[in-house]
Amino acid sequence: MGSAVSIQRVAKHFGRLQALAGVSLEIAEGEFFGLLGPNGAGKTTLISCLAGLVRPDSGRLSVLGADVAADYRAARRLLGVVPQELVFDPFFSVRETLRIQSGYFGLRNNDDWIDEILANLDLTSKAGTNMRRLSGGMKRRVLVAQALVHKPPVIVLDEPTAGVDVELRQGLWQFVQRLNREGHTVILTTHYLEEAEALCGRIAMLKEGRVVALDTTSNLLARFSRHALTVRLTAGGALPEALRGRATPSDGGWQFRLAGYHEVEPILAALREAGCTFDDLRLTQADLEDVFVGVMQGEGLGEGVGEGHGEVPARGAVP
Amino acid sequence: MIGFRTLLYKEVLRFWKVGFQTVAAPVLTAMLYLMIFSHVLDAQMRVNGVRYAAFLVPGLVMMSLLQNAFANSSSSLIQSKITGSVVFVLLPPISYVEFFFAYVVAAVLRGLMVGAGVVLATVWFAPLTFVAPWWIVAFAVLGGGILGAFGMIAGIWADKFDQLAGFQNFLIMPLTMLSGVFYSIHSLPGVWQQVSHLNPVFYMIDGFRFGFFGVSDVPPETSLAVVAASFLIVSATTLALLRSGYKLRY
Ligand SMILES: Nc1ncnc2c1ncn2[C@@H]1O[C@H](COP(=O)(O)OP(=O)(O)OP(=O)(O)O)[C@@H](O)[C@H]1O
Ligand SMILES: [Mg+2]
Repeated sequence: MGSAVSIQRVAKHFGRLQALAGVSLEIAEGEFFGLLGPNGAGKTTLISCLAGLVRPDSGRLSVLGADVAADYRAARRLLGVVPQELVFDPFFSVRETLRIQSGYFGLRNNDDWIDEILANLDLTSKAGTNMRRLSGGMKRRVLVAQALVHKPPVIVLDEPTAGVDVELRQGLWQFVQRLNREGHTVILTTHYLEEAEALCGRIAMLKEGRVVALDTTSNLLARFSRHALTVRLTAGGALPEALRGRATPSDGGWQFRLAGYHEVEPILAALREAGCTFDDLRLTQADLEDVFVGVMQGEGLGEGVGEGHGEVPARGAVP
Repeated sequence: MIGFRTLLYKEVLRFWKVGFQTVAAPVLTAMLYLMIFSHVLDAQMRVNGVRYAAFLVPGLVMMSLLQNAFANSSSSLIQSKITGSVVFVLLPPISYVEFFFAYVVAAVLRGLMVGAGVVLATVWFAPLTFVAPWWIVAFAVLGGGILGAFGMIAGIWADKFDQLAGFQNFLIMPLTMLSGVFYSIHSLPGVWQQVSHLNPVFYMIDGFRFGFFGVSDVPPETSLAVVAASFLIVSATTLALLRSGYKLRY
C-alpha cells in the first residue's frame, strides 16, 4: 500500500517561535493514526500545513501522492479536515452548510450522502436549524460532517471530541471506525489518551515541534512497559526492611515497579517471610498516559531517542 | 467551476438573507440625501443644463453602488476571518482566481441591486433619461468591480472591524463624497479641479452620469479608460495578495 500522507522535514516558525522543527512522518493508506502531544506541540500547525492553511518554511507534504503546494487541488480533494476551533457560518442552516460545502468540492446533488452523514452524527432532526441555534457539541458534529461531505480518502480530525457528550463520542467513533474499515485513512489528535489507545494503530508524539516518539500503539505500550505490583498490607503489618528501598507509597499501600513479571515472585516471597498478609494485591500495566508522561518528561524510549533530535525510526510500521 | 458558482451563490445568499440591512437600508439613505439636497437646491440650480435633482440621482446611484460593493466583500471577508469560518473556503480545492471572482461578482451584484433600488426609489422625484444605456452598464459594472476588489484587499488586510471602519471612513467615504456626486467639478476652484482629476471615483461617476444625460465633465472615453485601468490595477493587486496567501494562509 502507498503512502496516504507523506510529511518530509517540515519546518515552520511564527516569529521567533519554532512551531515545527523538521517533522517527518509517513502514514500508510488505511491507517488509523494518532498525533499526540501537549498544548502547543505543533499538532494543529502540522495539520494546517497538510491542509494548505499554513505554508511551511521548508519541507514537503503530500496526500496520496498529490503535493500540497504544487498539486493543491488534488491534495485538497483527497483530504477532509475537522478543524480544532469551533467555527461555523451563522448565516446558514445545517443542511445549507453541508450543501454549500459539497459545492465547494465540486459536488452537486449530494443529498443522499449528506443524509447519511446527518443520520450517523445524530443530526437529522437539526438539519433545518440555523447554525447559531445549535449547542456547542452539535456545532462540533456539523464540523465533522462538513469534513466528510466529499468522502475524502484521508480524514484528519483535530480534537473532534472536545466538548462532545459521551453518547455521541461513541457514535462518532463507530462512524469513523467504519470509514476506516472501508479504507479511509484517519489521522486523529486528541488529549483523551484512552481514546487514542483504543482507536489508533500507530501513534506519533510531538513535543515542541519535533516527533519524540513514533511507533505502533502496542509497541509503545510494551516498550514503555511499567508493570507494577501494588500491595496493601493488613493493618499492623510492616514492610520488611529489605523491600523499603524499592517501594513507593501508593493508595494507602506500596507500589513496586517491575522490570518484568519475574520480579513478582521474589517480592512476594520476601513479604511472606516477614509474615505480612495482604488486604489487596494488584498487578497493573502501563497505559498510554504513562507512556505520554514518560516521553514528555524526556525519559525517552531507549535506543531510538537521542542526540536531542528525538526522531524515532518507525518500527514494524510503514512498509 | 461548481466550486466558484457555489462560493458566488453563498456570497449572494449571505447579503440577501440580511437584505434589509444590506440593500434596503442604503436605498433609504440615498433617498434621504436626494430629498434634502433637491429640496434645498432644485429650484435654484441647473448643472450642465440638467435640473439639480436629476443631476444628483446618477451620482447618488453610483455612490451607493460603490460603497455597497466595497462593504460587501470587505465585511464578508473580515467576518469570516474573525469567526474563523474562512477555513471552509480555504480547505476546498478553490483556486485563488475563482475566489477572487466569486467575491467581486457578489460585490458587483449587491452594488447593482442597491443602485437599481435607488433608481426605482427616486424616479418619482426626478425625471431621468437614459441616453446611452451601455455606458451606464459599463461604468456600473467596472466601478462595482473596482470597489469590490478593493474591499477584498481591505478585508484581507484588516484584522479588526475598526481597522476596516477606518478604511471606510477615511478613504472610501471621502473619495466617493468628493468625486462630483453632489456637484460638477467645473464649479470648483482650479486647484480642487486638479485634485478631483486624481480621484478615480470622479471618472466612475462622471462617465456613469454621461450614460444618463449625454453630457459630462470629461469625455466618457477618457473616463472609461481610467476606470478600466483602475480595475486592472486593483484586480492584479488583489490577485497577487490572494496568490501569496497574505493574511489568509499563514
Ligand atoms: N498563526 C499563528 N501565529 C503565531 N503563532 C502560532 C500560530 N499558530 C500557532 N502558533 C504557535 O505555534 C505553536 C504550536 O501551536 P499548535 O496550534 O500547532 O499546537 P497544538 O499542538 O495544536 O496545541 P493544542 O493541543 O493546544 O491544540 C504554539 O506555540 C502556538 O502559539
Ligand atoms: Mg491544536
